[in-house]
Amino acid sequence: MNFIARRLAFYAVAVWAAVSINFMIPRLMPGNAIDSVLGKFQNLTPAVVKSLEAEFGFHHQGSIFSQYIQYWNDVIHFNLGVSTSQYPTHVSTIIGQTLPWTLALVGVATVLSFTIGTLLGIVAGWRRGGWLDRVMPGLTLLQAMPYFFLALLMIYLFAIKLKWLPYGQGYQLGLTEGFNLPFISSAITHSILPAVTIIATSIGGWMLQMRNVMLTTISEDYILVAQAKGVSTRRVMFTYGARNAILPNIAGFALSLGFVVAGALVMEIVFSYPGIGLTLYNAVTSNDYPLTQGIFLVISLAVLTASLLADVAYAFADPRARSRSAF
Amino acid sequence: MSTATLTPSPTRAATLGGRPLALLRSVLATWRRLPLKAKIGIAILGFFILVAIFGPALAPYNPNATSTQAVPEAPNIHHLFGTDSSGGDILSQMLTGTRSTVIVGLVTGIIATTLSVLVGIAAGYLGGYADEGLSLFSNVVLVLPALPLLIVILAYEPHAGSLATIIALSAVGWPWGARVIRAQTMSLRNRDFVLAAREVGEPAWRIIVFELMPNQIGLIAASFVGTVLYAILTSVALAFLGLTDLSIWSLGVMLYWAQSGSAVELGAWWWYLFPGMAVAFLGMSLVLINFGLDELSNPRLRSSRSLRKLGRRNWRPADPTPVILDYAELNR
Repeated sequence: MNFIARRLAFYAVAVWAAVSINFMIPRLMPGNAIDSVLGKFQNLTPAVVKSLEAEFGFHHQGSIFSQYIQYWNDVIHFNLGVSTSQYPTHVSTIIGQTLPWTLALVGVATVLSFTIGTLLGIVAGWRRGGWLDRVMPGLTLLQAMPYFFLALLMIYLFAIKLKWLPYGQGYQLGLTEGFNLPFISSAITHSILPAVTIIATSIGGWMLQMRNVMLTTISEDYILVAQAKGVSTRRVMFTYGARNAILPNIAGFALSLGFVVAGALVMEIVFSYPGIGLTLYNAVTSNDYPLTQGIFLVISLAVLTASLLADVAYAFADPRARSRSAF
Repeated sequence: MSTATLTPSPTRAATLGGRPLALLRSVLATWRRLPLKAKIGIAILGFFILVAIFGPALAPYNPNATSTQAVPEAPNIHHLFGTDSSGGDILSQMLTGTRSTVIVGLVTGIIATTLSVLVGIAAGYLGGYADEGLSLFSNVVLVLPALPLLIVILAYEPHAGSLATIIALSAVGWPWGARVIRAQTMSLRNRDFVLAAREVGEPAWRIIVFELMPNQIGLIAASFVGTVLYAILTSVALAFLGLTDLSIWSLGVMLYWAQSGSAVELGAWWWYLFPGMAVAFLGMSLVLINFGLDELSNPRLRSSRSLRKLGRRNWRPADPTPVILDYAELNR
């Protein structure tokens, strides 16, 4: 599996870059993060300052190189420091509480959007000029809309005007988190609006790309030959056409994941959804630098992992990718 | 963005720098050839550029004006788009704020596209280790989630102005274009006219500027339009999060005030609907232009009814020159 080995090497570099960027940003940016943090605590003795610095993860002592080694050591042990806005909770604890919400919501919505969008794209490409093909530009235009704006409209229409669905928070307050029916059903109804927002804004892109490649693929001779042989329409459409046309969509999945996640983060803020996006926002507005950086690191690693999975799927779907030996 | 390529013949592109009249004529001819979608898109974008230029002068009220009332006023004859909760006129804020949103979009588009062209052409033309290094670099930047990165960077300077936004957006916005341009450069590099130019002994910069670049103008334009769209949407999102200079009006800053003034809960739909729709239309114009550019370069994408029905099945006339899109090649 030369292809996979190559991609693994690439993601190793990407992870290194993400961690290094995270290490450099606080050291390159003007203004001293530690000062703004310590400003919140009054009358500190130097010894306390020093221990706080260490605890918050500001290793500004020693050469830049030893700081860098120390930083890697911390990252590997998932020691991301202590949140300053929710002192003395550890950053990793906060991320552990909020990440599952985002993974469940954004993960499910993205997979649904990709699947539905690709299927619709296949049909739109096959029936070129049909009604689905003609309404498609309308769907794609949703992409031109900021996610959070659509989220505002959805809240206004479905939650405030029609009162069909709840919004704000991840579940009805007062319920106990866990495996009980009221909590789960409440969590599901609270996630419908955010999920629909993600799907509505991202589905057009998958659909358009699938449709465009489908158009190129079905004008190939082998499609005509298959039809002439009397192969059933469904088989020509899916096994002959879509099977080949789907490759760019899978490859594109890895690349556009960053955009999807970005949109979802802002969307969470609008819905006050208790995921990692809202936490990032709160961290930024309260100058909680350790938390901000920890979240960026986790989001980067999550996106890189998902991209790697998409690449592996691509290798299985495209024999050419597996056999290609050159870098 | 599709992977389509636009390749006018090298000779035509070379005459573009000629007399102004010929230039005007060729611009007109290009306009006539544009698909309807692109024309609509350019018209809407042109409208927004006009608003960006003249809007602040046309604003009926001072956008910062406040009144003693404490509730947002619905659209009425005095305030066509209503007011915010402190009595500021929404229409005036939009006329004033469009400028900064459009400027951030266009300037980021220019800077990031220049970077894309430099990196993409250098990687595609030079090949070898230079290509591997540059491709690796752009793919790493591409795969890192841009918005969280921008949020982390701007978190240290939350109220920096447009310039900081433009620099940050450009720094992460170039790799997609670079990738597409690199792929196109690689396919052009071994065409006869480039080989001929190299054989004649033209220096590398001349081959790049006069042989390679004119032949990917369409691609560069598409990449520019896509980058402007990214810049506008992302800068609006950043402003919505409050990560910009909140004292300077822009469409995103308006949405920030609407959100922090709980416009949704108050039912003051005009407060966020009008600026949001403005962003949506601006984005839509760019999407339409890119659709148009795609169709221009790849006629197969045009919605036409070339299919034939025979025995309740759709048939397509076979294409004599199939273009096999090897996406993996682009994705290397």
